[in-house]
Amino acid sequence: MCDTCGCGQPDEAVTIRKPGEDGHSHPHHHEHDHNHPHDHSYSHDHNREIVIETDILAKNNLIAERNRGFFEAKNIFVLNLVSSPGSGKTTLLEKTISTLKDKITCAVIEGDQQTMNDANRIDATGAAVVQVNTGTGCHLDSEMINQGSKRLELKNDSILFIENVGNLVCPALFDLGETHKVVIISVTEGDDKPHKYPTMFRVSDLCIINKTDLLPYVEFDVEKCKEYARQVNPNLKFIEISATKGDGMNTWTDWLLSNVQKQ
Amino acid sequence: MHEMTIAVSIVDVVCKKAIKENAIKINNIILEIGELSGVMVDALEFCFEAATKNTIADGAQLKIHNIKAEAFCKSCNNNFSIESDFSPCPTCDNFNFEITKGKELTIKSFNID
Repeated sequence: MCDTCGCGQPDEAVTIRKPGEDGHSHPHHHEHDHNHPHDHSYSHDHNREIVIETDILAKNNLIAERNRGFFEAKNIFVLNLVSSPGSGKTTLLEKTISTLKDKITCAVIEGDQQTMNDANRIDATGAAVVQVNTGTGCHLDSEMINQGSKRLELKNDSILFIENVGNLVCPALFDLGETHKVVIISVTEGDDKPHKYPTMFRVSDLCIINKTDLLPYVEFDVEKCKEYARQVNPNLKFIEISATKGDGMNTWTDWLLSNVQKQ
Repeated sequence: MHEMTIAVSIVDVVCKKAIKENAIKINNIILEIGELSGVMVDALEFCFEAATKNTIADGAQLKIHNIKAEAFCKSCNNNFSIESDFSPCPTCDNFNFEITKGKELTIKSFNID
């Protein structure tokens, strides 16, 4: 139970930490006006219909737009990286940050249910990083990005990478205020992933096909994967990469740099 | 299981508004959920019950109107019903369409005492 208000949410369900810090933050901002005793003596009309016509995700979307305004004002190019667990997101980020080191400032918000492992790996590259541990949560939301961004002291004219929780379902629904969603699929997965998880491919602007150095050893058909993905999202762009061997990395970093200049 | 987050959002929004209306109890909540919204209705119903515990929405009935997915084909200018996430326009067989209905995630209304 949450110590702040005694509500049903677990205490410290979400923590936001920089490498080397203890996890003691209490960032979940729920309202504290529920479950109050109702002992005043109003007269109540019974069986009243209240029409509200409200988007269920309105609160998340509102904070996402505030984030977006902040990022635009500072000319920060923000990518929300989404994929299954194990697609190579963190390795891709390590290599990307090392390649861009002398050209542009990069910062990272890492999302995982538990551990500081990914933040520690990014920290070793020298980029500013915070780790969001979602506890049992299956996705990042815009409030976590709002809090995380404040901890990062983001620079103008920079790139912010958000590595979402490894999950091809839930993060599709939550706008974080990013410039683009980038879906990553590795060739060790099935080439029919775009059909199995269409929502994620529909909401993304770029698809990175990673671990292409393993193509000779697996039955992954790159063209078939692209065809499936285009059926869900005809505007999706593709970059094929081997983050560990370096193939295709130039195309990716050129795309990043040209987008930051375009903003 | 993002349906739990969705369920908690629904209960938060409705309880807040209901308390302003001096409600002592929420009887039902009416939602519109689109086929392509990415929300599983069964999972949402399951989570809703847990999310209402210790709130004035405890015991409230969740009524969900499913919204069929529709699209406008930009190649042949036709409206059509989407049969699956990756079926082409039935008239011209293209995938160049815009989804016009089916992404809804809306709280329409609720009933209070």
